[in-house]
Amino acid sequence: MTDLSTALYHARATNDFAPLIALIPYARFMGFRVEVIDDDLRLIMPYSEHLIGNGSVDALHGGTLGAMMESTAIFRLLWSAETVRVPKTINITVEYLQKAERGKDTYARAEFIRHGRRVANVRISCWQDDPQQMVAAANAHFLLTPE
Amino acid sequence: MSRIPNKDQVRVLIDRVFVNGVPHNVALGIQLVDFEPEFLELRLPYAEKLVGNPETGVIHGGAVTTLMDAGCGGAVMIRLGKPMRIATLDLRIDYLRPGNRDADLVCRAECYRVTKNVAFTRAITHDGDPSDPVASAAGTFIIFRGDK
Repeated sequence: MTDLSTALYHARATNDFAPLIALIPYARFMGFRVEVIDDDLRLIMPYSEHLIGNGSVDALHGGTLGAMMESTAIFRLLWSAETVRVPKTINITVEYLQKAERGKDTYARAEFIRHGRRVANVRISCWQDDPQQMVAAANAHFLLTPE
Repeated sequence: MSRIPNKDQVRVLIDRVFVNGVPHNVALGIQLVDFEPEFLELRLPYAEKLVGNPETGVIHGGAVTTLMDAGCGGAVMIRLGKPMRIATLDLRIDYLRPGNRDADLVCRAECYRVTKNVAFTRAITHDGDPSDPVASAAGTFIIFRGDK
């Protein structure tokens, strides 16, 4: 068993994603944390100065929101799927709804619109203060490799 | 100062507004490669910290999204010809194939249409061969023409 699959089985069994994130350099670099609350998975991107986009508008870089939403969907798929293979992103469309403000932590959650054997269609929402006030949303397709 | 700035002056401006003036672009190591009125090229140097899948060593899609967002935004600014506040409305990324391990990524973006309020862009990202891209993108931006 690889380190990755060991960490994934640990996450599924205990809802502790820290060992899995520790194995993914980009997730560490972005500071991602994953927690499971009320049987729902959410990803947290704690505020950090390096996440800022154009300094003059004082907002998080749009790319960081796209990145965290794609990651949320992947963790959500890994958490619930039978496979330990990392799903491949086919495409993602990110919609920017309002400014993600400097100094605030950002959250995202994902839901499956359709989860077939080969393809999953996932809707992701992203917020800062209030889950009802989205700062961004995304829709993505993933290729699954059943085994 | 001449009315039409030369390329070096424009380079300094693009670099300040879209690359070195953007903390997250700096954090990723994004660099301005080249630009013309009709396109902009940015490079994302390969770095261990950007790896998304430790088993393949390939850069995370999130870093590609950031590179494309930066490239498309920069292409809008070149097309507008002067700094104006813009914001991404949406950005779609298609992942065409896995990137090569250890390869730098280069984003080539163009703004192909500007209306009074909206700019339309497209971009590709390749890892050495522009005819065999790893990802393509389409992005739409709102333009704030001094009316904020």
